[in-house]
Amino acid sequence: MKRAHSQSRTDALLRVTLGTTAAISVAAVLAIFAFLVYFSLPVFSAEGARQVLSWDWRPLEGSFGILPMVVGSLALSTLAMVLAFPAAVLVCAFAYGVGPKWLARPVMAVINLMTGIPTIVYAFVAVLTIPPLLRELFDAGTGFALLGAAVTLAVLVMPTIVLVIDSNWRGLATRTGVVCAALGMSPAQHVFGVLVPVSRVGLLSAFVLGFGRALGDTMIALMLTGNAPLLPTSPLGSIRVLTAHIGMVLATAVGGPAHQSVFASGLILLLVTGTISVLVRRAARQEA
Amino acid sequence: MSARFHSSSLMILMALLLVVGLLGATGCSSADEGVSAEEAETAEPIAEASPLDVFAEFEGELDIAGGTAHIPVMEAVAADVMESNDVLLITVAGGGSGVGVQQVGEGLVEIGNAGRAVKGEELEAYPGLVSFAFAVDGVAAVVHPDNPVTEVTAEQMQAIFAGEITDWAEVGGNAGEIHVFTRDESSGTREVFWEKALAEGDIVVEANVVASNGAMKTAVSEDAQAIGFMGIGGIDDSVVGVSYDGVVPTQDNAKDGSYMVTRKLYMNTLGEPEGLTKAFIDFIMGAEGVPYIVDGGYIPIF
Repeated sequence: MKRAHSQSRTDALLRVTLGTTAAISVAAVLAIFAFLVYFSLPVFSAEGARQVLSWDWRPLEGSFGILPMVVGSLALSTLAMVLAFPAAVLVCAFAYGVGPKWLARPVMAVINLMTGIPTIVYAFVAVLTIPPLLRELFDAGTGFALLGAAVTLAVLVMPTIVLVIDSNWRGLATRTGVVCAALGMSPAQHVFGVLVPVSRVGLLSAFVLGFGRALGDTMIALMLTGNAPLLPTSPLGSIRVLTAHIGMVLATAVGGPAHQSVFASGLILLLVTGTISVLVRRAARQEA
Repeated sequence: MSARFHSSSLMILMALLLVVGLLGATGCSSADEGVSAEEAETAEPIAEASPLDVFAEFEGELDIAGGTAHIPVMEAVAADVMESNDVLLITVAGGGSGVGVQQVGEGLVEIGNAGRAVKGEELEAYPGLVSFAFAVDGVAAVVHPDNPVTEVTAEQMQAIFAGEITDWAEVGGNAGEIHVFTRDESSGTREVFWEKALAEGDIVVEANVVASNGAMKTAVSEDAQAIGFMGIGGIDDSVVGVSYDGVVPTQDNAKDGSYMVTRKLYMNTLGEPEGLTKAFIDFIMGAEGVPYIVDGGYIPIF
């Protein structure tokens, strides 16, 4: 009797602790959102919106539009994901039987190591190699461009995507693998005919996580895109993304439209990632 | 699982070592630009002379942040002051001119450095700011050492940065597109160059933007078709300063007034400085500060 009592007390303590932790996390996210909205309120007055939600960033001439950066952010993370996601699926396919078995573990170990490399290291190596290479290959512009940043970013996010897919497939493959082998299917048929379609939701969440990481990365974009506030017209053109914009402008004057544009940028970033994650959760629920 | 954990923590360790190595390397190169060994020796007798005794009565901390051009001077003075009185702790951080003004205005640091005067809207936000100009630094256009173009007129400079002249052949160089590099919005260097060298003219929107004097030097030193601008104090063999209207950008020419694209370096405080902060500022502004300012690559103001 006494024991049951103390058991329930432990349970209650655990519930309170976990509840508090969860509440703090949620409150932190809500607080960040509330502060961002509060600080960007002036932006969404009629005058502020006209200034910030426009296509020209020429602070010296009084234009503070961040729309080129919004498009730039989406273009960069989309291009990075176009490169990284198929690569990640292929790496997983390789590790799940399509490639030689003895190579599977070393490949996954290397991918695992890659997730631990800080983004500044990728950016630093890339800034010394990619712009000169692009200049030589294409003879167009400075070499600081959308393409170079996207390639570097793809290298950064690919391992993350692989890990999410891997954790999704690990339990699944032990069951489907035996069945498929018994049916006489090849490893490739197993991966692409069974694993991929069955794990649609898992692949989707891997994609979202990768996209969010690409969208949120600052250092690679700051060091490799050239940061010209232009609409992306060519992979070899310079662009500026929202995160890099925040990084460069935050240190400027207090107040004023340039400073406000930083909060608007943060709010837009948060809204984009928030929307995508909500959409994916909804899709996943429908699936289940 | 534990093997996996082990290998990834090993990787993080290696990455950290790499980063530490990089920091070390940049630290060395900035030391090369600033105080060379023999210069430091000449500064030493002055540093050990009695003026440092004024710091003997103080204790506690002094935090300094902001303009990156100031750092060599601030660090050299801070090191000698702390050596003379080891209960003092003086920290020197960067961040840029905008950050310096913000942090001192918010009371986060005692001295906020800026490579430009405090702006009107900053004074509005922090009415108590007091500025102390202690040095002059020139800002020069820079190109790759292989670029034959080493001088341009004011009109040519403005046309290049405005995107009206787009090929080096138009200013007597090798045919090839001009790659314009500029600085970020918080840069004091950019403000001075824009105001004085470009006469507040346009900077072409296609210009690539880099976030520090160091990044500017890296970008221009690797691209034979590039042009950018930076503080004269930071110029070394990897880039060449471009003569402006026939005047070579050197600190000597900036000092005698023949090179006009110059700025003052400021220390800012919130309210009139007191105690240790006042002693520190007085030291740099006085005769004792001159060798430190000269060693940092700048021209002292009296």
